[in-house]
Amino acid sequence: MIEWVSAVTQGVLLGGLYALFAAGLSLIFGVMRLVNIAHGDLIVFAAYLGLSTTMTFGINPFLALFVVVPVMAGLGYILQRGLLNRTLGEDILPPLLVTFGLSVILQNALLEGYTADPRKLSAGTIETASLSVGGLSVGVLPLLTFAIAVAVIAGLQWVFYSTSAGRGFRAVSDNQEIAQIMGLNKAHVFGLAMALALAVTAIAGILLGVRTSFDPSIGGGRLIFGFEAVIIGGLGSLWGTLAGGIILGVAQTIGGKIDPGWQLLSGHIAFLAVLAIRPNGLFPRVDH
Amino acid sequence: MSDSAVTRTTSAARAATIVAFVVLVAAAAAPWWAGRADMRLMSELYLYLSLACLWNLMAGYAGLVSVGQQAFVGFGGYMLFALTIFGGLHPIAAIVLAGLLAACLSVPIASLIFRLKGAYFAIGTWVVAEVFRLSFAQISALGGGSGSSLPVSVVKSLAASRSGRESLTYWLALGAAIAVILSVYLFLRSRKGLALTAIRDSELAASGLGIDIWRAKLEVYVVTSALTAIIGGLIFLQKLRISPDAAFSVNDWTAFVIFIVVIGGIGTLEGPIIGTLIFFALRETLADFGTIYLMILGLVAIVIMLTTPKGVWGLIRDRLDLELFPLAYRVQLDETRK
Repeated sequence: MIEWVSAVTQGVLLGGLYALFAAGLSLIFGVMRLVNIAHGDLIVFAAYLGLSTTMTFGINPFLALFVVVPVMAGLGYILQRGLLNRTLGEDILPPLLVTFGLSVILQNALLEGYTADPRKLSAGTIETASLSVGGLSVGVLPLLTFAIAVAVIAGLQWVFYSTSAGRGFRAVSDNQEIAQIMGLNKAHVFGLAMALALAVTAIAGILLGVRTSFDPSIGGGRLIFGFEAVIIGGLGSLWGTLAGGIILGVAQTIGGKIDPGWQLLSGHIAFLAVLAIRPNGLFPRVDH
Repeated sequence: MSDSAVTRTTSAARAATIVAFVVLVAAAAAPWWAGRADMRLMSELYLYLSLACLWNLMAGYAGLVSVGQQAFVGFGGYMLFALTIFGGLHPIAAIVLAGLLAACLSVPIASLIFRLKGAYFAIGTWVVAEVFRLSFAQISALGGGSGSSLPVSVVKSLAASRSGRESLTYWLALGAAIAVILSVYLFLRSRKGLALTAIRDSELAASGLGIDIWRAKLEVYVVTSALTAIIGGLIFLQKLRISPDAAFSVNDWTAFVIFIVVIGGIGTLEGPIIGTLIFFALRETLADFGTIYLMILGLVAIVIMLTTPKGVWGLIRDRLDLELFPLAYRVQLDETRK
C-alpha cells in the first residue's frame, strides 16, 4: 500500500516539472496563438547552457539560473522579433514549419557542440537528500522542483493579472488590432511574452538537468509532455497546466510501477483518455 | 456565339506527359542498366517521393499538418513483419493488408485527434506515433525494443535469386510512386478534389458552399494513412530489418518529408517531385557533413517558408505560368473562330 502512496507522491512531484514544461508553451499560445515545436529543444538547450555555466564558473546549477534565465529571456525576445513575428498570421503553416526547422537546427547544433553522450547537472548532496513523513520517504529535490513550479505559476499568474506587461499580454490576446490602436506595440508585446516563456523554459531546463541525464535528442519528448499537460489541464489556464502536469506525472509513475515499460505509454493513454472524454481539458478557461 | 473554350490541358502539360513517359520507361528498365547501389538509391527516392506526395495531400490541400506520419510508416513496416512471420502471408499480400488495417485504425485515431485544432493537431499526431512506437517496443515476439530481421524464408519467397529480389523490390517502389502520384492527381481532378481545393483556399467559403469539411478531411486522413502504411511496408521490405526507433523515427519519416514538400512547393503536385530531386541532390553532396547538413536543411526550409512560401515550384510557376499536372481550368480565346 505504502508503495502506491509513494508512487502517487512521486508522480505529483514529477508533475511540477511537467507543469514547467507546459507553462511556457501555454503562455505563448495564450498571447499569440503560436505553437512552438522547438519548445522541447529549447528546454534541452537551457540544460546545456546550465552545463556550460556550471563548468565554466564551477558553480552549483541553481546558481547558474542567474545566468541561464536572463540569457534565455534575451534570446526569446530576439527570436520572437527577429524571426517568429514574421510567421504569425492567418495561415498556421509558417509558424509550425519554421519552429519545426528551428527544432532540427537546435538539435543538430547541440549534437555538434556537445556530442550525443548523456550529460547531467550535478547539484551536490541535495540530489540524494530525502525527508521522511510517516513512513513515506520523499526526495528533497523533487519537493524543491514542485515548490519552484508552484512559485513560477503563481508568479506568471501575478504578471498576467497584476502588472502592466500582463495587461498588454491579455490585450493582444483578446484583440490584436484594437490593442494596436490603443498604443500597444504588438511586436514588442510578443517579444516580451516569448522572453518570459523562455525564462520559464530556462528554469525547466536546469531542473530537468539536475533530475535526470539529458542528450540532444530528448527535446521532442519534453515538448510532448508539456503539450499533454496543457491539453489535459485545459487551454489558456495556468493553474490548469499544473493540474495537467500532475495528472500526467501520476499516470506515468503508476504505469511505471505496474511495468517499467509502461511508464511513458500510460502517460500518453491518460492524455488520449482526457481528449476522448473532455476534449477541452479538465479546467478550460471560461471566456466571458 | 462563344469564341472561347474552357480547357484543363496546356501544351506544357502535354510536353510533360511525353517527358514523363520517357523517364518512366528508362526508370522501369533500370535493372538492366543501373548498378546495385544506384537501384537502392532510386528505390529510396521513389519511396520518399510517395511519402512527400501523401503528406502534401494532407497538409497542402486538407490543412491537416501532421508531424506523426511515422506512425503509419512504422505500422506498415511492422505489419509486413508480423503478417509474414506469424500469418505466413506472401510479403506483397502482407503489405496490401497492412494498408487496409491502417485505414481501419485511422478512423478511431482521427475521431480523437481531429478534436485538436491547427498546430495542436500536429503535436497530437506525434503523440499517436509515440504510442505506436512504445506499444510495438512492448511486443517481445517482434524483438521488443531492439527489433528483428525478416527471416530468410520470407525474403526468399519474393524471388529465388538476389538480383531477382532486387529488381522486384525496385519495381514495387517505382510502381508505388507512380500509383501514389496518379491517385493523388486523379483524386484532385475529381469532384472530391475540387472540394478539397476549395478547403485549401478558404475553409469558411468552402463550408458556405455546402462542403462537409470534417468528412472531406477524414477521407483524406484515412486514404493517406493506408497508402503511407503501404509505403512503410515497402521501405522495410528494402531494409529487411526493423526496430521501433527506426520504424517510428520522426526525423526520417516526417522531418525530411516536410522539408521536401516545403522546399519543392506545398499545395502543388509538382512541388514534392522537385523537392525530392533537390533533397536527394543535397543529400548526396552534403551527407558527409552529418549534423551540419541537417542544420543547413533546416535553415533552407526556414528561409523558403519566410521568403517564398510556395517553394521552388511556386517560383517557376509564377514566372512561366506553367502547370505540368493540369488541374486548373483555363479559358482559351480562339482567335481563328472570329
